[in-house]
Amino acid sequence: MRVFWWLLLLMPGLLYGQEQPLVFRGARLYPISQPPIDRGVLVVQHGKIVAVGKEGEVAIPEAATIYDVEGKVIMPGLVDTHSHIGRVEGGDRSAPLHPAVRTLDAIDVRHSSVQRARAGGITTVNVMSGSGHLLSGQTVYLKLRKGNTIEDLLYCKDPLKEICGGLKMANGTNPQGDPPFPGTRAKAAALVRQQFLKALAYRRKIEQAKGDPEKMPARDLDMEALLEVLDGRRVVHFHTHRHDDILTVLRLKREFGFRVVLHHVSEAWKVADEIAAAGVPCSIIILDAPGGKLEAVDLRMENGAALEKAGVDVAIHTDDLITDSRWFLRAAALAVRAGMSPEKALEALTLAGARMLDLADRIGSLEPGKDADFIILSGDPLSVYTHVEQTWVEGQKVFDRADPENRKYAVGGIGVFDDGDVFVHEGH
Amino acid sequence: MESKMKVWSLLLALCLLASSVQAQLAVRADTLYTMNGAPIQNGVVLIRNGKIEQVGPAEAVRIPEGYRVLEASVVTPGLIDAHSVVGLAGILNYAHDQDQLDTSDPIQPELRAIDAYNARERLVAWVRRFGVTTLHTGHGPGAVISGQTMLVKTHGETVEEALIDSVATVAATLGPMVRRYFRSPGTRAKAVAMLRAALLKAQAYRRKLQAEDPTRRPDPDLKMETLVRVLDGEIPLMITAQRVPEIMAALRLQREFGFRLILDGAAEAYLVLDAIKAAGVPVILHPTMVRPRGETVNATLETAARLHAAGIPFAFQSGFESYVPKTRVVLFEAAMAVANGLPRVAALEALTIQAARILGIDDRVGSLAPGKDADLVLFDGDPFEYTTRVCGVIIDGEPVQQTCH
Repeated sequence: MRVFWWLLLLMPGLLYGQEQPLVFRGARLYPISQPPIDRGVLVVQHGKIVAVGKEGEVAIPEAATIYDVEGKVIMPGLVDTHSHIGRVEGGDRSAPLHPAVRTLDAIDVRHSSVQRARAGGITTVNVMSGSGHLLSGQTVYLKLRKGNTIEDLLYCKDPLKEICGGLKMANGTNPQGDPPFPGTRAKAAALVRQQFLKALAYRRKIEQAKGDPEKMPARDLDMEALLEVLDGRRVVHFHTHRHDDILTVLRLKREFGFRVVLHHVSEAWKVADEIAAAGVPCSIIILDAPGGKLEAVDLRMENGAALEKAGVDVAIHTDDLITDSRWFLRAAALAVRAGMSPEKALEALTLAGARMLDLADRIGSLEPGKDADFIILSGDPLSVYTHVEQTWVEGQKVFDRADPENRKYAVGGIGVFDDGDVFVHEGH
Repeated sequence: MESKMKVWSLLLALCLLASSVQAQLAVRADTLYTMNGAPIQNGVVLIRNGKIEQVGPAEAVRIPEGYRVLEASVVTPGLIDAHSVVGLAGILNYAHDQDQLDTSDPIQPELRAIDAYNARERLVAWVRRFGVTTLHTGHGPGAVISGQTMLVKTHGETVEEALIDSVATVAATLGPMVRRYFRSPGTRAKAVAMLRAALLKAQAYRRKLQAEDPTRRPDPDLKMETLVRVLDGEIPLMITAQRVPEIMAALRLQREFGFRLILDGAAEAYLVLDAIKAAGVPVILHPTMVRPRGETVNATLETAARLHAAGIPFAFQSGFESYVPKTRVVLFEAAMAVANGLPRVAALEALTIQAARILGIDDRVGSLAPGKDADLVLFDGDPFEYTTRVCGVIIDGEPVQQTCH
């Protein structure tokens, strides 16, 4: 009997009845990895996608639970590469660089903002600390499974042994301030370079120790995180707006060889070719208007189109609550309004983001073997009239608009979001 | 003979010049929303000297020779942003371009919007590219009384060129937002007491003004003069009130002093629809996509639909944004309301004729009818669809934008 319960705990799929295959039949599928399929069939089991294809061409497993979703649209769960849900916190004001700080130690996964993201169709999030520092901390990649603790939502299996996200950095005006914060852009770059040089020296000491514990340098959490970056195992997510700040990031990347995703990039359209030449992906924000600060005055809705044209890999993000997770699909639609192709815009919400988080082998498209993360929409993903009807993560429904207790997170109401203030950007 | 020819060519050149400045236009639309009766399929609007000359189905309206013809899938009247701070608040968001709120005194009805409006502000052009032709803008929320608001068209190089009405409302705010900028009022009750005291003082000032002996009349006082105009019903008091206690306080103040009230924001209006309806007060609703935090934490996407269902007149606003994005766009806010239960025509009404009525300018703008200002928006599809673009904006008969956005 004890073994039985233990097995149940080990296999959440059994607990939720996911040993039975689920078949979603009749919807228009946007697999992203291939062109849309009208009257498609999606089969999932044990939290994974088993089959994707045209009706009649996909074998329907026996004993499957069949959902008739004719007239609906199914696409992969959305991947938000830049969000501040869960009342996330990063480094404090004691220093401008905090490589050791982990956001996973300070996220409330029960916060309403997390359910708001599920209501928006988001199934994977890169939760980051803010841009008020040159380096505000380690980001964390979350799968928006139902869960009570951050551990329930992590991508990594064990935060004590694995890398669980990226590293948040920023330049431009947000991290500027009185010492120890930089007062100028050049000072900002110098502080960052000094820190990376220190990490290189730390790495030399480790190499020289040749495994001898006596000779190893004392553990340094800051240095360990930066080494993961220098070794290409931890991706830098770099907040940057102005064209020259973007070029500064590319210069730092050339010097230290880290892997980087450029975030926001308001003026990317001015240096799209340089970004393309550097082979660096961009995660962009789409806003209803430019401005609010000097470095975002030249932001254009045409940014996505310009980067697509230049051949840059483009993702879109919410920067929740700069834009609300509930209108993530809308951001892609506005990019299309301003000239981006619908195909690339939908990829920017899914597979492109997955690539930027090193998760494209697991998520981002409807392909056999990938996690069963998908959303059921009432219609065209790029239409204002379309609602996210259901959000599924690893074969489990985590949002259902038909359920009033879920629906309120989509439309708002008394007390729905009144569970503590949400992340506010430090701006000028 | 030769000199006669010269005179004629000169006259011809002058005519051409005049017509290029104030062209006669015909706008044909697959669907024409006049907001003055049912939409017309294959409709035509004739425009002459900045005003609308004729509106009707293509088969009934003959396009005179010499009229430049513009075509679009959908045409609506110019959109009205029923409450903004754009032009006083600028895109840079630095102290030198933020003139929507002076914090030296919590009650300053004497501050005129016309003295602070930058007609060349980039955000004015930004909202115009999405169909806004009329802006109700001015002093923002944040003070018990922050100042006056005004009505402008979104073109013109100076405030004088842009102006429709220099004093549209006096802007007041109730709620914790005021505490962010002022030491006192430090509570909501104190703010209401201060507002009542100011209006009582204005009543006394008005009595003294009526003194038969001119020497007993009070010295001119800009604050009091403005508040007297509010008490006289000449200028509405627009009270920003998001939560139920503030909404009810605004209605209570209106009952006490009898001024014309416009409720602004009203995030929790859906909880007190009956009270708002009974008071006969119009609402300029918060942006549909307002962030659910602070005073608007309980906002819903369905409030517009519920105001409409209750028969309460309302309009859309871009509101005030302190950071990013620096302004919102009423077309987008209305679209989100339509996606959440508001009938399409009701949304178009709220963006045009209903907003015009609430702001008292429906004799000039808000619908396409002969004699009205020729303000039109040309869309390449359903105005509310995300991927539909605005491909033409006409203000006072002048095409001010002919690219698609």
